[in-house]
Amino acid sequence: MGGRSSDYVPTTRWGKWLDERLPIGRVVKNQFIDYPTPRNLNYLWTFGGILTLILVGQIATGVVLAMHYQPSATGAFDSIEHIRRDVNYGWMLRNFHSVGASMFFFAVFIHIFRGIYYGSYKAPREVLWILGVLIMLLMMATAFMGYTLPWGQMSFWGVTVITNLFSALDTIYNGLGTTIVEWLWGGYAVSGVTLNRFFSLHYLLPFILTGVVVLHIWALHVVGQNNPTGLDLKESSDCVPMHPYATSKDAVGICAFLLLYAWFVFFVPDYLGHADNYVEANPLVTPPHIVPEWYFLPFYAILRAFTSSFLGIPLGQYAKLCGVIAMFSAVVVIAFAPWLDTSRIRSAKYRPIFKWFFWFFVFTCVSLGYLGSKPAEGVYVIASQIFTVCYFLFFLAAMPIIGLIETPRRLPRSITESVLGEGGGGLPSGAAAAPEVR
Amino acid sequence: MKQRISLTFFFALAAVLAITSVSAEEGGGHPEIARQKWVFSGFTGQFDKAQLQRGFQVYKDVCSACHGLKHLAFRNLVQPGGPEFPVDAVKELAKTWPNQITDGPNDEGKMFERPPLLSDPIRGPYHNDQEARAAQNGALPPDLSLMARARNVERNPSWWIHPFLMLGDIAHAYQEGGADYIYGLMTGYSEPPADFKLTDGKFYNHVFPGHQISMPPPLSDGVVAYQDGTPSTVDNYAKDVVAFLSWSADPSLDTRKRIGWQVILYLIVTTGLLYLGKKRIWAGIKH
Repeated sequence: MGGRSSDYVPTTRWGKWLDERLPIGRVVKNQFIDYPTPRNLNYLWTFGGILTLILVGQIATGVVLAMHYQPSATGAFDSIEHIRRDVNYGWMLRNFHSVGASMFFFAVFIHIFRGIYYGSYKAPREVLWILGVLIMLLMMATAFMGYTLPWGQMSFWGVTVITNLFSALDTIYNGLGTTIVEWLWGGYAVSGVTLNRFFSLHYLLPFILTGVVVLHIWALHVVGQNNPTGLDLKESSDCVPMHPYATSKDAVGICAFLLLYAWFVFFVPDYLGHADNYVEANPLVTPPHIVPEWYFLPFYAILRAFTSSFLGIPLGQYAKLCGVIAMFSAVVVIAFAPWLDTSRIRSAKYRPIFKWFFWFFVFTCVSLGYLGSKPAEGVYVIASQIFTVCYFLFFLAAMPIIGLIETPRRLPRSITESVLGEGGGGLPSGAAAAPEVR
Repeated sequence: MKQRISLTFFFALAAVLAITSVSAEEGGGHPEIARQKWVFSGFTGQFDKAQLQRGFQVYKDVCSACHGLKHLAFRNLVQPGGPEFPVDAVKELAKTWPNQITDGPNDEGKMFERPPLLSDPIRGPYHNDQEARAAQNGALPPDLSLMARARNVERNPSWWIHPFLMLGDIAHAYQEGGADYIYGLMTGYSEPPADFKLTDGKFYNHVFPGHQISMPPPLSDGVVAYQDGTPSTVDNYAKDVVAFLSWSADPSLDTRKRIGWQVILYLIVTTGLLYLGKKRIWAGIKH
């Protein structure tokens, strides 16, 4: 892994013994204590730590919830009520877990937007970026399956609608889609069988997710962190050791984020959910509006933008297929950002045109989220279609073209110069290695 | 400075939009379900024991004729944060509860009916949905234990006002959509408008989706005799029974908010201390 050469010296005999066999202390010291981090990181860089914490929290609360949960069509709904009412502090565990999913996505969206704004996807961080997109995909699969577990009306009908998407493949090869859907369901309809397998996978996927997160952090520590200037680390005065600098800042960010998290858990635990999910699943009664959780809404809007026609282009029987392809492409296209962006400047701070397009992209995503929550009719459909086009144009047109035509602002020579001004000279990071003035 | 001006401008614009939207909304066609004042609403609200007791009385005297509370056991009526009836009174109540529990099989292999114990759920009069529909002319009286969470009031503001309303609700900790809906339903019965075609055996209620409900108006003045001097009006009955159902749907509300404030205060102080620590650590380093 990158960074400075190892100056780890075990102080005890036991430490020396272990270091020769499993240098775990050496790795921690090199990668998480002495590890050089850019001195100019802002609070947006604390979201990596926030996300790691939420992942651990979700697994911890999930393991306990699974001890009290019954994954069966007849027992699931009642066992959630059992957890909320009879298990000691079960209501708190349950709120932490369900609100945690929302907080996870909220934080990951900020994390991704930050990556786009500061060009964190560009060389040499392509693999890091792709692993990140993979993490988001795994999160989506996990969250989707988790939402079925309470077995309320929205759980049941959400699964029905989303799994049915695969039936669109029937238009390519007759019977293919139906076969896949029946295979996913484990029958001819969504049932307790589906619930069982989703529970099993919901328990499995977070551990795969954790594995990919480890790779994500590994890749990060090979190439090093990006920073608000987007410049590489050039001199020792550009960076400070991870501990206590980055760690103390992360701690502030994490604790502030926990405030938001706690507000939802203790005061508005149901706000992010849907009232219909407190009605037990009933295959005979369809809710008037089937709406996914808020974090899927932008993708849901893209899916539904493809009605029998798209901005006047007739789609006929392929409408659903186009919608499904567009929805999945909306995630996959993010992974290609490193090659779509032609600009060699990373940070939007120095990219006057890209900056505007970035903020318009944020607006596009939020608008799609709003449209996803509305019924697919009238002006909402047209707006969804326009914003869907905007979404893809950001990646497929704005990213390549702006890079070619834009004149970037003058870049500072180094991170140190950006912080201290021209000719400011650098405070050597040696001074930073022993910062505590006691 | 420039930033502050644009922020001020932003908020001024937001305020103007908010005001125009609210006035625009009042002219809207669909029935508005008014937000009520609840003692348990917001981030400090807690249940009022006396109100929960009255609410249970309304449930027992009126609702329980058709509706059950299957997620609630008799013992819950004793627990802290609820109506907190004395144990002996609830034991007595369970013994005389008209809807018995089917238990068994006994030594002869027969199922039998027995009075509920403290640990048994508060059952409605019907053993299953089919029996209920047969008795109720095809309509199914739903279980009420989660009703206050299983309903919500939908608001359809203009798109640009949407985010501000959302943030407002989150900041005020508004969670009482279900309570507002049930109160609206209880008090929403009236004669149908002249041009409305009402199906036989249904009742007009402007809050109910489709405005045709199978449940006859359940409340009328004086139908429940309150013991504590509270006036016996439909409005009071509705408010009290909604409070009771809100507790039944969320029995941990009192504890949740109490712990919530401890957590929030702890986190505020900790964030502050961590920030000071971080400032101290970074003091020598421009960044």
